[in-house]
Amino acid sequence: MRITPGRRRSTALLAAAAGFSLLVSACGSSDTTVAAPSSSAPTKLTGTVTFWHFFTDREADGIQKAVDKFVALNPGVKVEVKKGQDDDKTIQAIAAGQPIDVVLSYSTDQIGKFCSTGAWQDLSAYIARDGVDINQIPSVVRDYTQFDGKRCSMPMLSDTYGLYYNKKLLAAAGFSAPPKTMTELTDMAKKLTALDGKGTIQVAGFVPSFGFYENAPAHFAPSFGATWFNAEGKSNIGTDPGWAKMMTWQKDLVDFYGYDKLTRFTAGLGQEFSADNAFEKGKVAMMIDGEYRSAFIKAEAPSLDYATAPFPVDDAKPELYGSGYVTGNVIGIGRGAQNPEAAWALVKFLSTDTDSVVGVANAIKNVPTTTPALESPRLDKDANYQTFLDVFANAKSSTTPTTASGKAYQDTLGTFTEQWQAGKVPDLAAGLTTVDTQINDQLALGQAP
Amino acid sequence: MTLVAETHSVGTLNPAVRGRRRRQRLTVLAFLTPWLLGVTIFFVYPLLDTLYLSFTRYDLLSPPKWVGFSNYAFMATKDPQVRTAAYNTLWLVVILVPGRMLFGLAVASLVTRLKSGLGVFRTVFYLPSLVPPVAGVLAFVFLFNPATGPVNQVLGALGLPEPLWFNDPALSKPSLVLLGLWGVGDLMIIFLASLLDVPREQYEAASLDGVNSWQRFRYITVPNISPVLMFAAITGVIAALQYFTEAVVAASVASGQATTGGGNSSLLGYPEGSTLTYAQWLYNMGFKNYYLGYASALAVVMFVISLAVTLVLLRRARSLVYGVEGTR
Repeated sequence: MRITPGRRRSTALLAAAAGFSLLVSACGSSDTTVAAPSSSAPTKLTGTVTFWHFFTDREADGIQKAVDKFVALNPGVKVEVKKGQDDDKTIQAIAAGQPIDVVLSYSTDQIGKFCSTGAWQDLSAYIARDGVDINQIPSVVRDYTQFDGKRCSMPMLSDTYGLYYNKKLLAAAGFSAPPKTMTELTDMAKKLTALDGKGTIQVAGFVPSFGFYENAPAHFAPSFGATWFNAEGKSNIGTDPGWAKMMTWQKDLVDFYGYDKLTRFTAGLGQEFSADNAFEKGKVAMMIDGEYRSAFIKAEAPSLDYATAPFPVDDAKPELYGSGYVTGNVIGIGRGAQNPEAAWALVKFLSTDTDSVVGVANAIKNVPTTTPALESPRLDKDANYQTFLDVFANAKSSTTPTTASGKAYQDTLGTFTEQWQAGKVPDLAAGLTTVDTQINDQLALGQAP
Repeated sequence: MTLVAETHSVGTLNPAVRGRRRRQRLTVLAFLTPWLLGVTIFFVYPLLDTLYLSFTRYDLLSPPKWVGFSNYAFMATKDPQVRTAAYNTLWLVVILVPGRMLFGLAVASLVTRLKSGLGVFRTVFYLPSLVPPVAGVLAFVFLFNPATGPVNQVLGALGLPEPLWFNDPALSKPSLVLLGLWGVGDLMIIFLASLLDVPREQYEAASLDGVNSWQRFRYITVPNISPVLMFAAITGVIAALQYFTEAVVAASVASGQATTGGGNSSLLGYPEGSTLTYAQWLYNMGFKNYYLGYASALAVVMFVISLAVTLVLLRRARSLVYGVEGTR
């Protein structure tokens, strides 16, 4: 084929554009190396620290008070706080090379990615240099704040899950204590459910639908002792009998209500994080939720007569009672931090200073993540909050594993549970095995060749 | 003519003419530079970069690693959701696009026949398309709430079945079509302008020949507005292939998960994946799970399909659009 001058020019242009693209791609790959900290901590901190966190409104005010205390102790430092910044925004900002000194994330799901990619700096050298006692952090929290032996975050309060129940509704149905096993939960849920003349649900004893409020498989898993991965790091959902038990319990209760009736009922309920929350409105007698709910109830439904308890457990595993799902907020230093020493000082203050941790915990009703803060007499405790402190301290409490692919494995199971509860999975065992395959394939997609 | 003459004698140009031509080229290039820069930076570079990234493993935070065709292999054999997402998107292309075009044309035709109140009706039908998409979807989903929405309350009062609408996987996509019909004002307004542009004398002549309404529409209206119909078809198909905001917001609100973060994540494509579109899945894989390399492969496939559909439509336009050179 004869190449005409025009064609040659086009080819050259295309090649140039491709070369340019590859060049820019290469340039765009962020440098993952960061400078090591100095051998001794600076005697005086100066400069500006940018601090991105996800809290808003009432909870953001609680964080701001802690930041103000830090600034009062370090008058040479100015902290620029950007609230309402979720993980998506912070990751994209860090990837784009935006200098963020301190980052606070609401979930442990992305810790694997933060640590493995260096998006959040390794804090080990700072911790060793300053002699921070890492053992003041409970072991479950120590686990979810590191990945593959690399500690790129510190905990800053945790969320712990348990059962909320409406005392007035339970008393009216003749119950004086919350359920402790799944059988008790199911029986009580049925008796607490009120229907109208047409069979429409007016009050649900317990809404079992996955996807409703905090009804995630991850939050129920500790009650069945269900594990996500085996020792080889492969998905364990099809093998661990806890998952099949959970699914069976959940589907039985869904079928009691009727899937369509339950869907219609939940569609008419208020949004989870609003004053129309169904539990706060007395439309749901029992539900699973985190300790933070008590602060919402205090603000939105102060007259609600409720109590809390550990979430019921599998009848065959009574030893699990008292445990629950634990997750938390994690704080670290961004890869492009401009003022890493001051950033570390802020991270250390917010995560380990007992007065600061207790102050924020009291303000937003989260569980403190250091032993001195948990034992502090300044920690505001009532019986409802104590439930979550006990769940947090329980050795059998667990969290979701961190992976380099984030929470994709939880989403894969979530997709399956939707089909399952709608009655579209004829063979549960085969379905869970398929979930294993899908999760393993997806994990492989995220691993470097 | 001078230019033509010069073009044909390019090998024998004297230095003065060459200089003038070079200056002309530079002038043209100077005027084109802003466009060239825009296209290069915002189209050519992202396109080529996406193509390159589709052959890599890339998580946004660490450098991309070349993996050959493995992303495409995963898409073809292992991705559990991509087929669902592609099916839903194709469904919207096949149902939503013609549905909106037909409804928009019907509304525009009705409006042209109004003897009075033309401005009022035109405004009423056009207003929904001005509502921000998120706000519009929120309002629409609340209207169709199976338990508390006014639509089901009216149906119930009439003794009719009360569907689950956005909460039913069989009705969620048709509900999105209803949403699309509600916001048809953007199409209606261009169809209306086109219909008002059809020469009246053609209708008068047809009346004298005794043609019926269907024949008037088929042989006079359609040929005259065919370029606008083709424009609506092409832009509609491209928009449907990229369908995102409405589906995400509708699924999020209907599932009761209007917030993200902190608690349970929103269920993608609720209910049961029935509203999961290709663009959503691409975004989810790229910016939620951070499989940017794989998301790039999804984007490349979407680009190729969009390009192919557009080329087919444009080719068909030669035979369907009246007034295009070489057609009937």
